[in-house]
Amino acid sequence: MNRKSFTEQLARFQSFLALALMVVALSLASHNFLTVDNTMNVLRQISINLCLSLGMTLVILSGGIDLSVGSVLALSGAVAAGLLKNGLALPRFNLLVQFTMPGAIVAGIAVGIVLGWANGVAVTRFKLPPFVATLGMLSIARGLTMLWTGGFPVTGLGDDFGRLGTGHALGIPMPVWISAVLVVVFIVVTKRTRFGRHLYAVGGNERAATLSGLAVPRIKLMVYTLGGGLAAVAGLLVTARLDSATPNAGLGYELDSIAAVVIGGTSLSGGRGSMLGTVLGCLIIGVLNNGLFLLDVSPFWQQVVKGFVILAAVAADKIGSRLE
Amino acid sequence: MNLPAANANETDELLAARGITKTFPGVRALDDVQITVLAGRLNALLGENGAGKSTMMNILAGVLPPDAGEIFLAGQPVRFVNPRAAQQAGISIIFQELNLVPHLSIAENIFLGREPRNAVGLLDYARMHRDTRALMAELELDADPRTAVARLRVGAQQVVEIAKAISFNSRVIIMDEPTSAITEHEIKVLFRLIKRLKERGTGIIYITHKLDELAEIADDIAVFRDGRFIASKPFADTTRDEMVRLMVGRELTDLFPKTTTPAGGEMLRVEKISLRHPERAGDFVVRDVSLAVRRGEVLGLFGLMGAGRTELLQTIFGLHPHTATGEIWIEGKPICIRSPRAAIDAGLALAPEDRKGEGLVLVHSVAENTTLACLEKISHFGLLQPARELELVGRYVKRLGIRTPTLHQAVRHLSGGNQQKVVLAKWLATEPKVLLLDEPTRGIDINAKKEIYALVDELARSGLAVIMVSSELPEILAIADRILVLAEGRVTAEFARGAATEEAILRAALPNSRN
Repeated sequence: MNRKSFTEQLARFQSFLALALMVVALSLASHNFLTVDNTMNVLRQISINLCLSLGMTLVILSGGIDLSVGSVLALSGAVAAGLLKNGLALPRFNLLVQFTMPGAIVAGIAVGIVLGWANGVAVTRFKLPPFVATLGMLSIARGLTMLWTGGFPVTGLGDDFGRLGTGHALGIPMPVWISAVLVVVFIVVTKRTRFGRHLYAVGGNERAATLSGLAVPRIKLMVYTLGGGLAAVAGLLVTARLDSATPNAGLGYELDSIAAVVIGGTSLSGGRGSMLGTVLGCLIIGVLNNGLFLLDVSPFWQQVVKGFVILAAVAADKIGSRLE
Repeated sequence: MNLPAANANETDELLAARGITKTFPGVRALDDVQITVLAGRLNALLGENGAGKSTMMNILAGVLPPDAGEIFLAGQPVRFVNPRAAQQAGISIIFQELNLVPHLSIAENIFLGREPRNAVGLLDYARMHRDTRALMAELELDADPRTAVARLRVGAQQVVEIAKAISFNSRVIIMDEPTSAITEHEIKVLFRLIKRLKERGTGIIYITHKLDELAEIADDIAVFRDGRFIASKPFADTTRDEMVRLMVGRELTDLFPKTTTPAGGEMLRVEKISLRHPERAGDFVVRDVSLAVRRGEVLGLFGLMGAGRTELLQTIFGLHPHTATGEIWIEGKPICIRSPRAAIDAGLALAPEDRKGEGLVLVHSVAENTTLACLEKISHFGLLQPARELELVGRYVKRLGIRTPTLHQAVRHLSGGNQQKVVLAKWLATEPKVLLLDEPTRGIDINAKKEIYALVDELARSGLAVIMVSSELPEILAIADRILVLAEGRVTAEFARGAATEEAILRAALPNSRN
């Protein structure tokens, strides 16, 4: 028997089994659960976390961590919203640059990419531990968001932009489409490209990766940059859905995202895990939140339950690898 | 048995170990060995790398339990369950890698784990510092007890270790190559210290490769070889030649049938490679090494621990771009190598000494490890082709005889020999011109070793140039077409196959501490 993929499948199977059990239990407990509307609802709700978690999976697979995604999400969303609504005033040149919707979206994503790249530079060039580098960025990006918005939400962004968050295509919400496409792209990237293989090797044994001729710093830089870009996509989806960029958007989202990655069986020490696991992790968290809501459980309890699910997922993983 | 204890007073025998046997998976590290330490005498433990000196030391210090054998402390049988028990019984060990907590002070290190406390249970720093100052004075170390150990030079750190040993009232102190990392002046201080310890009646076991040092400090010698006890006698009754002769003479149980290939054109030439020491300014790890290796040739590089073998290979492979100097030619063309990528592109491959730490991604599969350095070969329009990958890996698994249930097996589940073959597979898959092998048979069983020898031979025959570093004399004699000997970063001798003997090689490899 193929032992590595067996345990990997087992880990995936564990999350899958947990998800299936939850779905069965919830559909028995609440007849509102297994409906098309509610399913779409859950999928739309998780699409934000999914975007963040795809990036987080890349970072964690490479042996790092990114605590700044929530703040990067907020700043990207705020920049896109601000540019779309007010344009960019350059008083020195007595100039007001107006932005079209695509222009604002590109600018928002560019902000995420630049911030992610800055994380990467801090980690590779200045050799800061990823935890510290991205903790700094968490604070910097949040502060910049406050400065940019003056502490007030930017609202009234127009229907075109709003459709990004609330629209449907073929009966499926836009955010679900977008995150689904990204999932496919990043499954291919991690499983079928050289970059993906390099990423796993860097996380699995950085020294061996270096000695095998891999450009380790460049790979890490790429990983953090992608993480920032994906956080920006999530920021645009949040902003479009709420028709508002609030300075407190995404507060604490990094923890949900790390939770999804860990529940999905990716090792925090790097080198092991999968995108598909992360998708399952996001689904588990999403179904859990939704189910507890439908069952009228207090949101405070939701937090407690989520905490236990994280512990159970990692404990099950440990027991699994010991059995091996 | 010509034990020195034979004519000594029984009460002088501080520590005696007899019949010590220790087996690790696949390797018998010690086989019925013995050693005795007398009060006020220094017993120098000699042997090649892999002779079992470190294992013996670890057993005496309670780090490893012996499989069989007895240890007597002042005539009483003892059994240490951990290093602390050994320390409390009066045996201290000073490892090559010093065991100090860098950010704690000298005094805090000396009293670590048994800190004196005052009436209210807080640390009694006054007493710690007073006692430490007294110890420092005795050992001629001019340093404030409050100094963080990290700020001391290695020699001074060693003195702190010795102070710690004395403060335990250790009757036996074991020192593992204590002079390998310290300056000439510090060596003098250490030797004075050793004299004083002996005058106090302390017995010392001293492990070294530097035979020249022995005249100043040694009273007895003990020689190990291949995990067996060879001889023990008073230092006054032996000569340098005799010691070398006792250390060599290992046998490969089954001599490896080497095929000689007519060497072809020159593949790799390096000129005046030097590598600066990472910490000691003005000092070099590799000094002015020039060598060349031809197509079809196996060049053996022999050196003892710390000779600079690994660093030489690393330098050629582009791992020290900022601290190394020298020139490299491949097939007659000068080439600049400043990273492993550049080295691989130039046709070099390096199988590192630390297989698990540097050679493999242990949690990944045989297939993933094998293709790590040549992913472009299995990609098509930027996408990896799993079928091509499995075909390529399958080919190398078959060619190297890697025993694995499937190509998807995580390499950490493989035996050492098979892991080493995966490392080789990874490098052969890059289709190199020159293969650099650093201790390719370390820690693997005898059959896997033979397979590796056969493989190296076959690779040379197929046109590769091979440089193989080894610290095992029989191995290098069996496999190399030509042998270079390194000592203290320099090439000290070159032998053609057939012209080399174990004694001649070892003599060239032993460092001259007084040059």
